[in-house]
Amino acid sequence: MKLANLFKIALKALNNNKLRCFLTMLGIIIGVASVITMLAIGQGSKNSIKAQISEMGSNMIMIHPGNMQRGGVRQSADDMQTIKIEDYEALQNLPGVAAISPSVNSAGQFVNGNNNYPSSIYGVTPDYLDIRKLKIKDGTIFTDQDIKSAAKVCILGKTVVDNLFTNGEDPIGRVVRFGKIPMTVIGVLESKGTNSMGQDQDDVVLAPYTTVMKRILAIDYLQGLFASAVDEAQTEATIDGITAVLRANHRLKEDADNDFEIRSQQELSQMMNSTSDMMTVLLACIAGISLLVGGIGIMNIMYVSVTERTREIGLRMSIGARGIDILSQFLIEAVIISVTGGVIGILVGVIASWLVTVIANWPVYIQIYSVVLSFAVCTVTGIFFGWYPAQKASNLDPIEAIRYE
Amino acid sequence: MEGKEIIRVDKLRREFMVGGERVKALRGVSFSIAEGEFVTIMGTSGSGKSTLLNILGCLDTPTSGEYMLDGVLVQSMSKNQRAITRNRKIGFVFQNYNLLPKTTSIENVELPLLYNSAVSARERREKAVKALEAVGLHDRLYHKSNQMSGGQQQRVAIARALVNDPVIILADEATGNLDTRTSFSILTLFQELHSRGRTIIFVTHNPELAMYSSRNIVLRDGKVVSDTVNPSPASAREAFEALPTDND
Repeated sequence: MKLANLFKIALKALNNNKLRCFLTMLGIIIGVASVITMLAIGQGSKNSIKAQISEMGSNMIMIHPGNMQRGGVRQSADDMQTIKIEDYEALQNLPGVAAISPSVNSAGQFVNGNNNYPSSIYGVTPDYLDIRKLKIKDGTIFTDQDIKSAAKVCILGKTVVDNLFTNGEDPIGRVVRFGKIPMTVIGVLESKGTNSMGQDQDDVVLAPYTTVMKRILAIDYLQGLFASAVDEAQTEATIDGITAVLRANHRLKEDADNDFEIRSQQELSQMMNSTSDMMTVLLACIAGISLLVGGIGIMNIMYVSVTERTREIGLRMSIGARGIDILSQFLIEAVIISVTGGVIGILVGVIASWLVTVIANWPVYIQIYSVVLSFAVCTVTGIFFGWYPAQKASNLDPIEAIRYE
Repeated sequence: MEGKEIIRVDKLRREFMVGGERVKALRGVSFSIAEGEFVTIMGTSGSGKSTLLNILGCLDTPTSGEYMLDGVLVQSMSKNQRAITRNRKIGFVFQNYNLLPKTTSIENVELPLLYNSAVSARERREKAVKALEAVGLHDRLYHKSNQMSGGQQQRVAIARALVNDPVIILADEATGNLDTRTSFSILTLFQELHSRGRTIIFVTHNPELAMYSSRNIVLRDGKVVSDTVNPSPASAREAFEALPTDND
């Protein structure tokens, strides 16, 4: 028995029952389309989270003073003064650290003539720009000299510029006041828009950390450090290095807790990823169930079809079809239904994913593996659910089948 | 009766278990059929003729006894070998035609050849056309089975039985579903095929048909009660022409 002949026979049989065939296929179409769409939505949101995180600097490491008990009283992290300039200086030379910047900040009112606007001033070094992936649009960044002298200079974010310079004047070289302190604007940051948390990343003012420490906050400790690892893969090792240096600097005993906290974007991205992974698994489960239901639909219809076509099966056997021929015919019918349904389902899934982007504005990303996977699954579904009815058909007794009413 | 021996059955027995009771359908049937015979096998229901037909058609195997078809022992064949034998050596014609629905005559006739991988698509088509021409349906090649009369459908079924060039044609009450006129036209066709050298076994319960065959075997209670040769079969064509044409 040639395979081509079997296909011809199966196609002919399906052609005789187009509507039923289509309705059976519908189960598979919906199943496959939902698998593809759900995975595309899952992957799309994962990708967009990843993009946003890497926009924030994917190898960024944040060091903050940690909670510590003093005499049984747990202190707020803001009150902790464990991170010092010396720590910053020590970490500068640590291998694996690409860039490091102290961070001190203060919120307050910025004033320019008649306009005023509340924002935060961040005391940092020029390294901060690299770490946070910020760029200067106009003007310059402050120099080492500015840091040494605690110069009263600042760089404004776009939101701050828009609110202080409402007439559209060039802010470079102008003097704005932060509280009572006049500061010269030497640069403007390129706009970054809002981040994944909905924070405006342009609502920021940068100044030398010395300026903020001495002239604004009058403190001699750092509120935190921002560093970046040489690359994302080395983040973990770099964190270990930083931990060792800080523990040594702080003279912590072997069994003492860290008096600082280190967090990396990697942790954040892992957390986000595990959330979206869970969502993807959930969506895929729902979609998988609908594919299973589609498969049972195939089995159901094939089963009815075998009973209904008992006479035909008897005839085929009496004119020389072997059991294996009958088995193959019904199996091929089931596989044609499921594979055709699968192909249509993939198309529908792709269109549906596209509609989701266009209408709901959700990020979607169709992975090749999800297409291959659902295609493979529906072929297997066809064979699996087609097997039992096909087996039943091939085991019919031709004598009884041919006289079946 | 000269020709080579096509079928030889010897002490054929077939028993069934029905509800714990042993039913003897065939109780030792022996005969042989030579090439070119037109044999009617007759018997009332319960005589065992269907069981005999199933065995002759390689659909069933005897409980004991021997069945030789075209020089090959059938009861030693496997299920698949019997299927192949049915495909290559036997042409079935059934009472209710058993054509595939919504399928054209030519596709119905091609069907047995689809299960024979030695036949190419072109050969298949040629043979099917030839078989349909042989039954007088050369102008109905692409009619679907539900667009044809009973007589035409039975002709398609006969063409299907002819298409694999079988050593024997087995007809099971082939005129049972047809009116008298059409029955005679089908019978005429069988006689024509016989005159062209086909070996035919026609199983029926209708005793009238015995006069149109060259040999008549009567079964009763699973045994052959008579086996008579009819040296001058009546012409079904004459009987057909003698029938009044319906013009009312």
